[in-house]
Amino acid sequence: MDTPTTPGASLLTAAGTAGRARQGVGFLRGKRFQEMVWLGFVLVVVVLGSAGMLFPIFWMATTSLKESGDILLLPPKWIPIPPQWQNYPDALDFMRATVVFGNTILVTIASLIGDVCSASVVAYAFARLRAPGKNVLFMLVLSSLMIPYQVRLIPEYLLFAGKVLPFINWVDTLLPLIVPAYFGSAFYIFLLRQFYQTVPLEMDDAAKIDGASYLQILWHIMIPMSLPALGAIAIFSFVNNWNDFFRPLIYLTSRHVWTVAIALRSFTAEYGATPWNLLMAASLTALIPLVVVFFVAQRYFIQGIVITGLKG
Amino acid sequence: MLQSASQPSGKRRRSLARKEAMWFYILISPWAIGYLLWVGGPMLASLYLGFTDYQVTSPPQWIGLGNYSKLFADPLFWHSLQVTLYFTILAVPAAVVFAIAIALLLNESIPGLAIWRTIYYLPSITSGVAVALMWSWIFEPNFGLVNLALFDLFKIHGPQWLSDTRWVIPTFVLMSLWGFGGPMLIYLASIQGIPSHLYEAAELDGATKLRQTFSITIPLITPVIFFNLVMSIIASFQTFTNAFIITQGGPNYASYFYIYYLFQNAFVYFRMGYASAQAWILFLIVITLTILAFRSQRYWVYYEGATEDRL
Repeated sequence: MDTPTTPGASLLTAAGTAGRARQGVGFLRGKRFQEMVWLGFVLVVVVLGSAGMLFPIFWMATTSLKESGDILLLPPKWIPIPPQWQNYPDALDFMRATVVFGNTILVTIASLIGDVCSASVVAYAFARLRAPGKNVLFMLVLSSLMIPYQVRLIPEYLLFAGKVLPFINWVDTLLPLIVPAYFGSAFYIFLLRQFYQTVPLEMDDAAKIDGASYLQILWHIMIPMSLPALGAIAIFSFVNNWNDFFRPLIYLTSRHVWTVAIALRSFTAEYGATPWNLLMAASLTALIPLVVVFFVAQRYFIQGIVITGLKG
Repeated sequence: MLQSASQPSGKRRRSLARKEAMWFYILISPWAIGYLLWVGGPMLASLYLGFTDYQVTSPPQWIGLGNYSKLFADPLFWHSLQVTLYFTILAVPAAVVFAIAIALLLNESIPGLAIWRTIYYLPSITSGVAVALMWSWIFEPNFGLVNLALFDLFKIHGPQWLSDTRWVIPTFVLMSLWGFGGPMLIYLASIQGIPSHLYEAAELDGATKLRQTFSITIPLITPVIFFNLVMSIIASFQTFTNAFIITQGGPNYASYFYIYYLFQNAFVYFRMGYASAQAWILFLIVITLTILAFRSQRYWVYYEGATEDRL
C-alpha cells in the first residue's frame, strides 16, 4: 500500500528522509564533531520529552494497581507491590462495563460504517462529476468545517427530541449518535475528495470507454485506489466517537444506554468519595481500545492528518 | 472526459452532461439531506430561536433582540468570554511553538526516530473523560503526581492547581499541550517536503543551523502554521469537557468557559432561546477571527508561487 500517493507514510514507520540535507556535508572534521554534539543534545531533549509525554499514563497505571490505602501515602509508592489486579474487575463491575462498553462499541462501529460509506459516495461526486452549482455546494461543505458544533446543537436536540418531526423521538436512545454519520460529515468528505483527486483520471476514462457506470467506477476503481484514505477516515471516526462526550451527555439519560464516557463521569458521584485507584483502572481500560487501534493502524492516522493538513 | 476519447455529436454530449449532473446530485443527496437536517437547517433555526423566548415547555415567543440585549448586560456572559479568550491566548501560541519545536527536533537523524515520533503523537488521540479524570488526579494538590514531584525534587510546595482561581486556566493550558501530536505531524510532514537543495545552498554559504531554521524552514511552513492556527483557535473556543468534568466551571467561576455557560443555559436552565443567541455570538466570533486570520496572512504567510489566489 506504500504507493507514492500516500503522503507521510514514512513519518512513523521509518526514519524517512530526516536530516538528509545535512548528511553530505561532512567535509570538515570539526563540523562533523559539532554535528554529533548537536544530535546528542537533540536526543537527550527528545528522550526527556518522551518521558514527560508517557509519565501521565505511567502514573495512571501505577495508581490503578494500588490498594486504596496506598494512594494517599507520602512519599508515594512508585511501583505498587503487590499489584492489585483485583481493582480492574472491581472497577469494571462498578461501572457495568459490559453494558457501557457494549453501547460504546455499537455506536462507534455503526458510526464508522456510516462515515466511511457516506464519505466515499459523496466525495466521489465532488471529486469527479461535473454539474451546475458544484462549486457552490463544495463551498458549503468547506464552510461547515468552520461552524462550531454548539451552534447547531440546540436545533439538533429539538429535532431528536421530537419537537420538529413527530415520528422522530430518539432522546435516550443511541440513534442520535449514529444516524447523522450516514449523511456524511464535511471533514471526511473533504479528506476523501482530496485523496480521490490524486487517482489518475485516465483510469476512469478507460473504464468509461469500457462502458462502466459511475457506480462501477466508484466501486472498482476509486474505492480500491483509496484504501489508505478510507482507513484514515475509519480511524478518525473511531477515535472521535470513542472519545465523544458532549453528545452522549445531552442525549443519553438512562443507565442502559450509557456510553463509557458517561459512565466514567458518574463514577465518582455514585461512589461517594473519589476512589482514585478504581477510577484510574476504569479510565485506563477506556483508553486501551484507542491505543490498540493506534498501534494497529498508525499509518492511516498519519496519512489522514497529512492529507488534510497539507492540502488544506 | 469521454469527449477526448470519441467525438460525440453536440446533442449526445449534452445528454451525457445531463446524465453526469444527475448522477452528481444523486450521489451527493445523502450529504444534501444531512446538510439541511444537521447544518443549514439548524443554523437558521438557532438564528430564529435566538430572537425568541423559548423554554421548551411552551412554543417560542418572538422577543426581537431581547436575548442579545440581556446577554450584553449579563456579567457572566462577559466573564465566560474572558475566560475563553484567556485560555485561547495562552494555549494556542504555546501549542504552535511546542509542536514546531518538537517537529524540528524529530526531523533530525537521531536513533529510534519512529519510536519517538509515535510516543509524541500517541497522547493526541486520547481525549475526553478518561483523560480529564487522569489530569484531575495528576494535579490533585495533596497527593497528585505534579505536587509530589515538585516536593520530592525541589522541596517546593506546589500551588493548588485546579482549585486555585489563578492557576486553573494555566493548568488547563498545560493539559492541552499534551495533545499537540496532530499538528506536530503536519509540521513534520511539511518540513520534510522542503526541497533539500535550499539547505545545501545555505550550508555552502555558511549559514548556521539556527539561521537555516529561521530563514528557510519556518518561512516555508507558514501556510501550514496558518492553517493550524485557524483550526486551533476554533477548537479552543469550544473547550468544554475538562471544565465540565474536572472543575464544573469553578473554582469561583474561574474556568467558566463560554460553552460551559451555553450548556448550562440550554440543558440545565432550559433557556433555549438565550442559549441560541449565545451560540450565534460564538459563531460570529469564530467567523470574525477566521476572516482576520485570512486577512493577516499576506503579512506573514509565505506562499511559494502565487500569493493571492492560493486560499
